[in-house]
Amino acid sequence: MNMIAAPRQRLVVVGNGMAGMRVVQNLLRLAPHRYDITVFGAEPHPNYDRIALSSVLAGEKTLEEIVINSRDWYAENGIRLIAGDPVVAIDRMARTVTSASGVVAAYDRLLIAAGSKPLAPPIPGLGLPGTCAFRDIADVETMIAAARDEGRRAVVIGGGLLGLEAAWGLRRRGMSVALVHLMPTLMERQLDATAGTLLQRDLDRRGIAFFTNGQTEEITGTDRATGVRLADGREVPADLVVVAIGIRPNIDLARQAGLEVNRGIVVDDGLRTEDPNIFAVGECVEHRGQVFGLVAPIWEQAKICAAQLAGDETAIYVTPPLSTRLKITGVDVFSAGALAAADPADEEITFQDVARGVYRKLVLRGGKVAGVVMYGDVTDGPWYFQLLREGTEVGPMRDTLILGRAVATAAQGAPAHDPAAAVAALPDTAEICGCNGVCKGSITAAIAELKLTTLDAVRAHTKASASCGSCTGQVEALLAAALGEGYAKPEGERPMCKCTSHGHDHVRREILARGLKTIPEVMLRLGWTRPEGCASCRPALNYYLLCAWPGEYEDDARSRFVNERMHANIQKDGTYSVVPRMWGGLTNPRELRAIADVVEKYNIPEVKVTGGQRIDLFGVKREQLPHVWRDLNAAGMVSGHAYAKGLRTVKTCVGSTWCRFGTQDSTGMGVALERMAWGSWHPHKVKLAVSGCPRNCAEATIKDFGVVAVESGWELHVGGNGGIHVRATDLLCRVATEAEVLEHCGAFLQLYREEARYLERTAPWVERVGIDYVRRRVVEDVEGRRALHERFLHAQRFAQQDPWAERAAGADAGAFSTLVPAE
Amino acid sequence: MDGSIAGQTAWVEVCRLEEIPRQGSRVVATAARGEVALFRALDDAVFALEDRCPHKGGPLSQGIVHGHAVTCPLHNWVIDLASGEAVAPDKGCAPRIPVRVEAGRVLLALGGRG
Repeated sequence: MNMIAAPRQRLVVVGNGMAGMRVVQNLLRLAPHRYDITVFGAEPHPNYDRIALSSVLAGEKTLEEIVINSRDWYAENGIRLIAGDPVVAIDRMARTVTSASGVVAAYDRLLIAAGSKPLAPPIPGLGLPGTCAFRDIADVETMIAAARDEGRRAVVIGGGLLGLEAAWGLRRRGMSVALVHLMPTLMERQLDATAGTLLQRDLDRRGIAFFTNGQTEEITGTDRATGVRLADGREVPADLVVVAIGIRPNIDLARQAGLEVNRGIVVDDGLRTEDPNIFAVGECVEHRGQVFGLVAPIWEQAKICAAQLAGDETAIYVTPPLSTRLKITGVDVFSAGALAAADPADEEITFQDVARGVYRKLVLRGGKVAGVVMYGDVTDGPWYFQLLREGTEVGPMRDTLILGRAVATAAQGAPAHDPAAAVAALPDTAEICGCNGVCKGSITAAIAELKLTTLDAVRAHTKASASCGSCTGQVEALLAAALGEGYAKPEGERPMCKCTSHGHDHVRREILARGLKTIPEVMLRLGWTRPEGCASCRPALNYYLLCAWPGEYEDDARSRFVNERMHANIQKDGTYSVVPRMWGGLTNPRELRAIADVVEKYNIPEVKVTGGQRIDLFGVKREQLPHVWRDLNAAGMVSGHAYAKGLRTVKTCVGSTWCRFGTQDSTGMGVALERMAWGSWHPHKVKLAVSGCPRNCAEATIKDFGVVAVESGWELHVGGNGGIHVRATDLLCRVATEAEVLEHCGAFLQLYREEARYLERTAPWVERVGIDYVRRRVVEDVEGRRALHERFLHAQRFAQQDPWAERAAGADAGAFSTLVPAE
Repeated sequence: MDGSIAGQTAWVEVCRLEEIPRQGSRVVATAARGEVALFRALDDAVFALEDRCPHKGGPLSQGIVHGHAVTCPLHNWVIDLASGEAVAPDKGCAPRIPVRVEAGRVLLALGGRG
C-alpha cells in the first residue's frame, strides 16, 4: 500500500449553482481526496435550489429553506468558496482564472457551470426601476418588495413555466397580475392547445388576466415602469414588470477563452469542451445540438461529469427523456415527449371530463407511448412516463390505456387498487422524483438499509422530493408503507395554527433574531403556507410584533379581533358594550352625570356595574360608538380597555383612608398602578387588584398581579385568575415602598408580555415556566428587573393614547358608518 | 340568479372601491336585503353577503378577512366569501348579493336573489 498520498490536483469550478455543486457533491463521494476545490459564484449566496424560487415567491418556502449547501458545508469539505465575485477571464495557456475582484486561481481541471441568463428582448424601457427578470434571489426579493411596497399591479411577460410561476407567486402576494404571452396558448412547448386553454381558464378564474397573442412593444414610464404597451395598441398599467420569456446559455466567458461555442458551450459525451482540461455542465452547455433548462438531464450530466473528473473516462452522457410539471399549487399539469401526432402513423388518444376539468392526451407511435399531456388529474403521469421511457408495448391495453393505470391494468387481469396504494404498486424502477432522478427502489432501499424514519432523512440521503417537492406525498407514502405505524409526521412545539408548522416561541425568537417587522414579512420568511394567515395567527403575530418593536411597528387593525378594532365589546346581537375607565374604581358626580346623560341621549338599553368596579353600557349601536365616546371624553373619561387583550381593571378596596382595618392606602396604590399600566397590550387580558389589609376585600389573590397591604409594606402576588379554572396566586415577594410595587409590577408585566404565548393568561404561563423562574427574573435579578421595568415604560410611551379620542375625532370613520345607497 | 323579478337587474352604486379597506369591509343598509357586508380582499376581489352569520346571526362584516374568507367575530365560523358557505365541518350559508366593480365604483344588484 502506498503510504504517501498523491499530490492533490486543483479543480476550479466557475459557478456556484445547482449544476456545478451537484458535480462537486458527486465527486466528493467518488474521489474525496483527489482535488483541492475552489468555487467561484457570481451571487453572494451559498448554493441554493433555483427551482424552488417560485415556491419562495408564492410564500410556500423561505429563502433559508432552499439553501442546498450552507457555508459550513464548504468549510467542512475543505472547499474554498469565493461568492459574490464572478470569474471574468480564463487563461488556458497559464491554466488560471481571474475573478472580477482580481483573485487568480490556478487549475488542473476547470469546470464551467455558469448557468444561463434571462433572455432580454430588445424592448424599450427594459431595465427601468420596476422591471426585473425571474432568475435569482435578487429578482425574487425585488418582486416581493414590489408586492409589499410599490403598488399592486404587476405585468408578467412570458407564458411559459417561468412566467406562469412568477405570475402565480405575485398573485398569491396580493397583486393584480396580467400576463402577456406572444403565442395564442400558454406553455405551448410543453402543452397542446387544449391543455394550454384549460390552464388559462383555471388561472383566469384565480384572477390572472391574460393577453395572449400579445407582442410587447414597449415598457412605458420615464423614471420607473408604469406599464407595457402591446403592438396591437393595448396598454396594461403596472407598478412591476417581470420579463420571463426564457433563458439563454451563459457562454461569454467560454467564448472569450476561445472555446467552441454555438448556442451553448459545446461539449462531448464526456461533458468535456474542446480543451481536455475544461469540462462544462448545466444550462450553459450544448450537447449534440441540444441545450438544457430542466433539472433532470442536468443531474445526469453532473453524475457523468463527476465520474469523468474522478478518472472514469468511459462514463457517457445520454440525454434522458424529459417530463415537465408546473409548480402552481392546485394546478396540475404533466407533460412528456411528443405533444401531438407528428405523422400519419402516429395515433392520438384523448380523454376529457369537462365537469372535473380533467384532460389527457397520449401520443402512440408503433404501439408505444411517445408523448403524454395531462391536465387536472396527473396522478398517473409517472406511470405513463415510465411506459414512455421503457418503450413498453401498450397494444394489449390500448382500449383502456387512457383511463389510467388502475383501469388499464385491471382490464389486464391485475387487481384494481385504490389511489393510496398506487405508489406501493409501482415497480422499483419507477421514477418517483423527476427533479433528482430517484426511482422507487433507491428510496425503499435507503429506508431499509439506513433505517430512515423521517421525510427529512429520506431527502437528505436520497434527494427524493428535495427540489420542487411535488413528489413529497409519494415519498411519504413509501415511508408509511415501509414503517407502518412507526411512521409519524414530524413533531415539535405545537404549531401556532394550520398556516404554519412553527410554534409560538419559535416565531417570537425569529422575529427578534431576524428583525422581522411586518406580518407579511414574518409569514414570508417563516414559510407560512397561507400567505394571509387566518383569524388565529394574525392577531398573535400583530401582538408579537407590537411587543417586539414598540413605537416602530404599525398596528395592523385588519389583524385585530373585532373588539380591539372597534374598541368596544361585541355582544350576541351585534351591538357593543362600552366601559369607560374608572381609575382604581373611583368616580365622581361629573363622570356619573356624563354617563347618565349618554345613556339617555343614545337610548342605551342597559347599564350594569361590572365586577371590575366600573360601569358597562350595553346595546350601543356601531354607528353610535364615536358619539358616545366623544361625550364621555368631554367629561374626562377614556377607554377602559374592557375589550382588550391588555390591562383591564385595577380593583381596590377603600384602604386606610376609610376602613378601620386598613393598613395602607390601597386605593391610591391602585390608581398609581393603573396610571402606569393602562393602555398596555398583553398576550391575554390582565387584571390587577390592591387590598388594603390581609382580609383582601379586593380579591387580589385571584388576579394576574395582586397587591395585599401588610403592616410592613406590600405583599405581591402573581398568576391568579377567576373564571373556569380558578387559580389562586403565588406569592412573588414582599416589598416596602410604593415605588418598589410599581417596579415589580412593571417588570412582571413586561416578562409576561415578552415570554408568554398569545392567549395564554398569567396563570397557565406561571404554571408552565414555574414561579421560581418568575422570582429569579423579577425578584432576584435586580438589574434584570430594572431593565424589564424600563422596557415596559418605554412601550407605554407609545401605548398610552386614548383610542376613543382618536376615533371620536374622526379616525377610521368607515368602520363605524353605514353606507346607504339610493335604491 | 342575478336577474330581478322584473327581468332587469338593478345595479346600485354603493361606494368607491377605496372606501372599503383591504382585508376589511363596509356595512351597507339596504331596503331589499337588510344589512349587507361588503368585503374587499387583499387582492381587491369584492364580495357581498347578507351581514348575518348562518350560525347565530353574527355580523360577518366585523370579522377578520383572510384570503377569500372571513371568520365570524362571534363564534369563529369561517365563511367562504365567494359562495357564502360555511367552511366544513360547519354547515350553512350566508346569502350572496351580486356585486361588481366598474371603473372603481362598487355596484350591488339589490333587486334579485344572489
